[in-house]
Amino acid sequence: MPVISYREALRAAMREELKRDENVVIMGEEVAQFNGAYKVTEGLLKEFGPKRIVDTPISEAGFIGLGIGASMLGIRPVMELMFWSFSYVAFDQIVNNAGNIRYMSGGLIHCPIVIRGPANGGTNVGATHSHTPEAILASHPGIKVVCPASPYDAKGLLKAAIRDNDPVYVMENTILYNDKGEVPDEDYIVPIGVADIKREGSDLTIVAHGRAVITSLKAAEILEKEHGVSVEVVDLRSIRPLDEETILASVRKTHRALLVEENKPFCGVDAQVAYLIQARAFDDLDAPIGRVSSIDAPQIYCKRMEDLQLPYPARVVEAALKVLA
Amino acid sequence: MDDKLTTVAKSTAFTHPESLKRPAGPSEFAQHPVNAALTSAEKIALYTKMVRIRHFEQRCIRTYQQGKIGGFLHLYVGQEAVAAGTISLLGKNDHVITGYRDHGHGLMVGMSMNECMAELTGKITGCSQGKGGSMHYFAPDKNYWGGHGIVGGQAPLGTGLAYAVKYRGLKGSCLAYMGDGAVNQGAVHEAYNLAALWDLPVIFVIENNGYSMGTSQERSSAHPGCLAKRAEGYGMDWDIINGHDVYEVRAKTSEALKRAHEKSKPTVLEIFTYRYFGHSMADPDKTYRDKEEIKTYRETKDPVFLFEKELLLAKVLTKELVESINQSAMEEADAAAVFADESPDPTVADITKHIYWEEDNRGPQTTSRGTIIFE
Repeated sequence: MPVISYREALRAAMREELKRDENVVIMGEEVAQFNGAYKVTEGLLKEFGPKRIVDTPISEAGFIGLGIGASMLGIRPVMELMFWSFSYVAFDQIVNNAGNIRYMSGGLIHCPIVIRGPANGGTNVGATHSHTPEAILASHPGIKVVCPASPYDAKGLLKAAIRDNDPVYVMENTILYNDKGEVPDEDYIVPIGVADIKREGSDLTIVAHGRAVITSLKAAEILEKEHGVSVEVVDLRSIRPLDEETILASVRKTHRALLVEENKPFCGVDAQVAYLIQARAFDDLDAPIGRVSSIDAPQIYCKRMEDLQLPYPARVVEAALKVLA
Repeated sequence: MDDKLTTVAKSTAFTHPESLKRPAGPSEFAQHPVNAALTSAEKIALYTKMVRIRHFEQRCIRTYQQGKIGGFLHLYVGQEAVAAGTISLLGKNDHVITGYRDHGHGLMVGMSMNECMAELTGKITGCSQGKGGSMHYFAPDKNYWGGHGIVGGQAPLGTGLAYAVKYRGLKGSCLAYMGDGAVNQGAVHEAYNLAALWDLPVIFVIENNGYSMGTSQERSSAHPGCLAKRAEGYGMDWDIINGHDVYEVRAKTSEALKRAHEKSKPTVLEIFTYRYFGHSMADPDKTYRDKEEIKTYRETKDPVFLFEKELLLAKVLTKELVESINQSAMEEADAAAVFADESPDPTVADITKHIYWEEDNRGPQTTSRGTIIFE
């Protein structure tokens, strides 16, 4: 199986879907002539031309709203946000319009739009460019949110998102763009709402999504080598819909749970996951649920400190040992 | 020194631009080709639609006062010629989207009074099954894309509808309506820029009734005399229209439609109009304008009455016909109120329907799993 990068996997998903469906349009700042701010869309303009690959002005509320309107008439826009942090200036469009229109029209209208782009800290760019809004957005019924952690999932989830008839927001991670992995050449999708066990284990379940999965896998290695602990890592892949059964099955097997995410702790994704576990697997737990998230402050600029603000393997190991104690 | 930040200037009366003032009598636009082409039956139909909007809205007041309509109710009384004139020109690839004062447009595109009234009272028989309310009417089968509650938020959507029309190579357009208060929203300016930059067949229609809620135009818009003229900043064509004359609305809108259909170019139209009731039924309408001003508009510029007079003079209408048209519109509105009364509420189970297309249409093709509605 070919080994390609997370970035190339995203591009492959878009290329295949552009070929499959003439209604698919790629739109965003610098996606065409500039080849993408992060080169995710590199070469697509040359291959598909300016009707399908469209550069927009710096005008998120305008072009995202335009994409939503076009999707109501059957266009399937894949909108790139240079950073998900920039979604905040288009919040009304993203939440009120895309998220509510099916409901408010009693099901008469639907909105098959994809918005994708990086949503992560850890890049030394300060608070305004480091937001991770998956929990905020997933808290709105009507919206779907996915966070791929591997190249395989990046391609499969993006393809599923493009074919989905509801608004799907794909949150990527710039730090993962160069990560490589096996990705099939052929057409496949990763169904939205299905978690993946990235590592099997028996003593502790770590639930994570996005880059926190990679951090957790590193921590699991250390825990096994240095502490003889067998850790299972559940990658949510999708925040909403949420694969509750896979989380519960793993916790029922290991009896201990540690939740790791790069969000700030208050009302993060794992607040919901913790509620789920205590509500439906309380009797299976041998210890209180543990949690690791970013230190609760706006993202700090200083790189040395930012690396400590985000979850990192040693911190996950420490938290895991507490849950195991 | 007069400090605009700390002085609340008393609003002067809302007046229309000099160029739109015309002597009483027949409309100078009666012979414009789009109006001259109308048969007597079509003129009567246009008048009937305006009358239906008026009586529907007036029946809404009663239903609201009976406590059957919740939330906000923004009435279109006084503005009928805007929706009637513009929408009467549209063909199968022309689309409509507007803000929250959306009843007139809904009736004009062909929605029934029954589904409109039932939506207001939150019934399952409403156009949105009681999930949208007054501000959120939708009829996509009639190219009507709402009914949007957030001021100006629909402008980018309308631009996107026009983009889709152009992408498909169709000769069509989107009329994106907004109030005069919306012109200061960023989303509107972003939509203007995209429309002009990409030559999209969208017509932005500013329904200028003088007041953004309770704040007069001069107290909310810099350079208040020319809201449409802001189009020049984006290189777009624009025009101003007397919205009390349905013939003028049709004549000038037809030019914008021609520009959209033939050249795929956007236009900003500012249609001067007036609302007789408060911003919404929650507005006591006592602080920001004089009763005298409302009276003057009602007596001298009423769009329904002016058109009626015009058609009577032209012997298209008779007094008897006017009476019967009004009578049947009132009866239709009364019947809609009864229909709404007798219709059932949505059920608790309905609360969680229509959130996701994929959930409502589960089948072998569904690619979405997991829990999507949470307890």
